[in-house]
Amino acid sequence: MNNQNFIESFIDYVSKNYMRILTATGEHIYISVVALAITLVTCIPLGIYLTRNEKIAPYVIAFANIFQTIPSLALLGFLIFIFGIGNDNAICALFLYAMLPVLQNTYTGIKNVDHGTVEAARGMGMTNLQILMKVQVPLAMPVIISGVRVASVWIIGTAALAAAIGGGGLGRLIFSGLSLIRDDIILAGALPATLLALFTDFGLKKFQYYWIPEERAKRIARKLKVDYSN
Amino acid sequence: MVSFKNVEKKYPDGTVAVDGLNLDIKPGEFVVLIGPSGCGKTTTLKMINRLEECTSGQINVNGKDIMSLNPVLLRREIGYVIQERGLMPHHTVGENIGTVPQLLGWPKDKIDKRIDELLEMAGLSIEKYKYRLPGQMSGGQQQRIGVLRALASDPEVVLMDEPFGALDPISRESLQNELLDIHKKLKKTIIFVTHDISEALKLADRIVIMRQGKIEQVDTPEEILNNPATKFVETFIGSEQLSQISPESSVEGLIEEVIYSMGLNANIRDVLEKMQDMDIKSGQVLNTKGKWCGSVYMSTLKKAKREGGLKVNEALHVNRKLFIEEANLRDAAEMLIDKEGIPIPILNASNELLGIVTENGLAKYTINKLIK
Repeated sequence: MNNQNFIESFIDYVSKNYMRILTATGEHIYISVVALAITLVTCIPLGIYLTRNEKIAPYVIAFANIFQTIPSLALLGFLIFIFGIGNDNAICALFLYAMLPVLQNTYTGIKNVDHGTVEAARGMGMTNLQILMKVQVPLAMPVIISGVRVASVWIIGTAALAAAIGGGGLGRLIFSGLSLIRDDIILAGALPATLLALFTDFGLKKFQYYWIPEERAKRIARKLKVDYSN
Repeated sequence: MVSFKNVEKKYPDGTVAVDGLNLDIKPGEFVVLIGPSGCGKTTTLKMINRLEECTSGQINVNGKDIMSLNPVLLRREIGYVIQERGLMPHHTVGENIGTVPQLLGWPKDKIDKRIDELLEMAGLSIEKYKYRLPGQMSGGQQQRIGVLRALASDPEVVLMDEPFGALDPISRESLQNELLDIHKKLKKTIIFVTHDISEALKLADRIVIMRQGKIEQVDTPEEILNNPATKFVETFIGSEQLSQISPESSVEGLIEEVIYSMGLNANIRDVLEKMQDMDIKSGQVLNTKGKWCGSVYMSTLKKAKREGGLKVNEALHVNRKLFIEEANLRDAAEMLIDKEGIPIPILNASNELLGIVTENGLAKYTINKLIK
């Protein structure tokens, strides 16, 4: 197959099946967003909890690490016994996969906030909750978000496997392209998945910048129309 | 204003940090707690705002037993300055100063006005500093802000935990003078911890000399200089007061923390990269038991890399070191000059690494002594 033909057949396929691709992309986003949301809602608070109960931290993190070592396809297979086939199964597997980076980065991010800064905050009369929300979390945010970036790219990439166990998403296109030996269909599935991952990572990178103290100070200066340059 | 009655602080492991302390601090008094490290001075200070809790005895602030107060509310009533890194790195200078008023729920414009007022009092330009981050300022400037922050809500008592300890002598001097001015003007009760006797003599209305959790002497600077109560006080002020630099004195006061240490199996390439990143010329190598095995220098590591070496143990320097028991300043200075100022590791008799002595540290020490 030469290049000219390949591009033509790809464009041809996309123009005839754009609805199918859009639906698959929508499903892919749905699976990824739900999985990521569950990960964030559970692992960030858990990571914070671990900084206050350091004795159990290594065990919990080791537990989260176990899932990284299981090949993703095998994990999906195991979960069929619990969830049956379909998107729920895939979401659960993606969550188990993405736990570690979020958990670990939250834990280390908070723990690495300078002890002197925390002590000063306490000495000025902040409650534990205020120390957490005004000092530790904002300072740990760049580290936490870098964990979220890793997790979200993994999730979007691995979500393609959901099709293997009867779920939806761009994986369907990839798998049908594989079985029909049609590169154009594989590309129609792989390209949107790649773009999704890239855009998500880009967006999160911007959000990570948002939390850098310098950027915050510049925003405040802009808002008050004062000069921030030295 | 602040009084201690038979206060004792015992840690769960049985060490007694403060032992039967009795002290009365009058309103508006500037009291300096001083003593060798581990004497309990910082613990004493922290018990006042309950960052440490006393295990027995009673502490009153403003006539009230602090154990009957909510610790969080108590801390908002007391100013607090710590040595370094005390400012919130992600908050602007203005926000940092306004921290306690904000916790106390002052209205926004009142906080803003207060911040401007304090910056003005310290002679810091509002437009230049208010919206800056602490990290953009020098250490002296940061400590100045730290002091302003402690004064923001106009507390009657201000606690200071070696606030100027990490500053260069010149900034320290000017901050001390400013603090004296502030104290004269505002008549706050200041309780100040230091290990520097000249700082204590300069600042204090009364000096509290502590040793092993107990008070050795409480008196005015003049009385302490003229009539030291115990042999310990005499040697303490005596030894610290010597302003000459003796080449025979121990390097103990010069020891700095090790910036970069690695294991015997560290990869030469990684180590070189790290050194370049940290902008240092040497590192210390420890074995798994924490014993010192040698130093590595950038120059010889590069050479070893060129010759195909992989691990740092192929390029160790084991002879250039000093033992704490016998090393004096002259040894350190000679060794530093000999190798273009590469830091010297300081070991104890059982080969454990205590720290390093650097050219910079020696220079600072000398400057300090000359200025006193």
